[in-house]
Amino acid sequence: MKRLLILTTALGGLALPAAADEIVVMGWGGAYTASQIEAYHKPFTAATGTTVVSVDSDNPATPIKAQVEANNVTVDVAILEIADAVRLCDEGVIVPIDPAALPAGADGTAAADDFLPGTLTECMVPTDIFSTIIAYDTSKYAEGEGPKTIADFFDTAKFPGKRGIRKSPKVTLEMALMADGVPANEVYATLSTPEGLDRAFAKLDTIKKDAVFWEAGAQPPQLLADGEVVMTMAYNGRIFNAAHQENKPFDIVWDGQVFEWEGMVIPKGAPNEAGALEFVKFSTSSESSAKAAEFISYGPPRKSAASLVGNIQGTDQPMSPNLPTAPENMTNALASSLDFWADRDTELGERYNAWLAAN
Amino acid sequence: MTSVPLLTTTDGRPLKAALAAAGARARRRALFLVLPLLVFVIITFVVPIGQMLHQSVYNPYFSRNAPNVAAWFAAHPVGTEPDEAAYAALADDFRAMQAAKTAGEAATRVNYTLPETRSLITKTARAAGELAPPYKESFLAIDPKWADPAVWQAMRSSSTAYTADFYLIAADYERSADGSVQKVPEKQQIYLKLFAKTFFLSALITVICLLLAFPIAHLLATLPMARANLLMILVLLPFWTSLLVRTTSWIVLLQQKGVVNETFVALGLIGDGNRLNMIYNQTGTIIVMTHILLPFMVLPLYSVMRVIPPSYARAARSLGATSWTTFRRIYLPQTLPGIGAGALLVFILAVGYYITPALVGGADGQLISNLIQFHMAKSNWSQAAALAAMLLVGVLVLYWLYDRLVGIDNLKLG
Repeated sequence: MKRLLILTTALGGLALPAAADEIVVMGWGGAYTASQIEAYHKPFTAATGTTVVSVDSDNPATPIKAQVEANNVTVDVAILEIADAVRLCDEGVIVPIDPAALPAGADGTAAADDFLPGTLTECMVPTDIFSTIIAYDTSKYAEGEGPKTIADFFDTAKFPGKRGIRKSPKVTLEMALMADGVPANEVYATLSTPEGLDRAFAKLDTIKKDAVFWEAGAQPPQLLADGEVVMTMAYNGRIFNAAHQENKPFDIVWDGQVFEWEGMVIPKGAPNEAGALEFVKFSTSSESSAKAAEFISYGPPRKSAASLVGNIQGTDQPMSPNLPTAPENMTNALASSLDFWADRDTELGERYNAWLAAN
Repeated sequence: MTSVPLLTTTDGRPLKAALAAAGARARRRALFLVLPLLVFVIITFVVPIGQMLHQSVYNPYFSRNAPNVAAWFAAHPVGTEPDEAAYAALADDFRAMQAAKTAGEAATRVNYTLPETRSLITKTARAAGELAPPYKESFLAIDPKWADPAVWQAMRSSSTAYTADFYLIAADYERSADGSVQKVPEKQQIYLKLFAKTFFLSALITVICLLLAFPIAHLLATLPMARANLLMILVLLPFWTSLLVRTTSWIVLLQQKGVVNETFVALGLIGDGNRLNMIYNQTGTIIVMTHILLPFMVLPLYSVMRVIPPSYARAARSLGATSWTTFRRIYLPQTLPGIGAGALLVFILAVGYYITPALVGGADGQLISNLIQFHMAKSNWSQAAALAAMLLVGVLVLYWLYDRLVGIDNLKLG
């Protein structure tokens, strides 16, 4: 169905070249795009009269690269993960966006200072922050007895039971070090040394025999629901959905969370580049990103937007406590390092696989 | 003796020539008939495998973006201290890379050989505008790592489009700073172990399949047709079911809170606290792959056993052979073509299996195909191709061995 949708929208895009008062936005589909249509597309059309056409892709990085290389760009704005955005920016597929052109925060802070440190890059303006966290099944513990820190995840004496661990060194190594007492701001410096790396793997060794390794983001909520594990690394949005839409007894340990972010980019040669820039400016304002966070549990990347987030759409519960960016959830949080993983992805992937295969 | 008169056709052409012409026509017609298949095989099989083999030794992303420093490497032997000319050449390349926005792909190539060079190269490219003579100092001002001989060795390694680097990595070797080849540290070694494990597990699965399939196939071959057909459907039904469905069904059965464990606990065979770990590990990989590959063993065995006349075994028994001797010396040798075909099919399929170990393999049930996928997901096509090529060679060697030991004509697929 989704594929059909992609095909038809792609064909539609071909048949009708974008008019001057229309922009084409390529997103990821599902609940994520739905939140963006409500928070960005509809208000933008209401404010400017420009029609916003939404197109879905499994990962927009691939089609926009193909479009730019084929010199046939039909997309004006694409939503990318930060790692892809940095890569495509290095390759010249997407254009730089001047931070000075972005609107100031709701409290008047200049955009460059309003975005969380390190999130604003040359070619991408962040829209939302998602996080890898520890999730657990509250029904397995008495009230208030559940795990509270990242160290508890590695403490099988105090919290017996299986653990779900991502089958990838990314985030896993960071969490191991934080559980071993390394402060968040020293994690990557420590991981860059051979001793620090050994330390992370030694920490992982302590729970290896209790580990269930997962690959796809849909697996950890399933493992928790099946009772295969008592706690697991997971993406916060998946756990939020399972808890709020399917009423699963899941809760999140925010201590030691590792967050990444997504954002908007403009492909080189976009048919309506001026309109695209207006849309990016509109959508990444404090108000718009706070609005989007009411639809999906991804945090607004602007500091000034935190206080603007209202209730979960359709309920009277505040969304804020469910966001990675809520101040109380950020006390011990780590921003995933792009440079570190761009450099050592393959090397550490091999070592992690060697570690997995060793008995 | 008179010479034999030349045989001619009725229209006077020499018979030999006429026959040759007719033969050639028939061959041309035959070729015409197989031509679609030939073209199909070339396009879908020979070309992609050729490209894959090419890809495994060809990676031009650094060499084509850094022609100047590549020329310097070509002119100076391994171990030459990079001089000002080398730094100047590199500076020219960096300016070109920055203008063409190609630093990312060039950096990625060098990073395969030496981790942590990606950020070094992209960072330097971003600062390419500040590079000025004396270049060496200028580079060192951006990052002191530019004085590291290992960085220069990695660039030298990457400076030719054709390289054996990916095969070195696939054999757990690396290049040291002086260009010599050395084993990677123990903790990093993975590929050879995984190759060995892949071949071992595939052989184990083949043996288990054979042990399970032999009695079933024998039963199928000896039952009356109507009942044999019913049993055959039971064999084929899983064969026709989607691979993913079968794999996830096994997860439901074997997991900690799965059907099998719950049953055992309910029966009091095992305690609630020590449920069996049958999935997300090597055991799970073996169980599920055996089940999935079983029909590939049953079918060739069945087709061979069906045509073995029962009179041979009866004759042997009537001549005084015990049932074991009859089986070992009369029946088993006759099923050999089926065993060979089934074993070869199961083994070769198992060696390249990806999705099942990925889903149920957990930590220690991974096969080499999972590492090939890992590199493909990271867009490291050359590394994936090198690993795949090594797997291909391994399978060909085993096929050759099989041919020498059993004989490939002694193979019956159905």
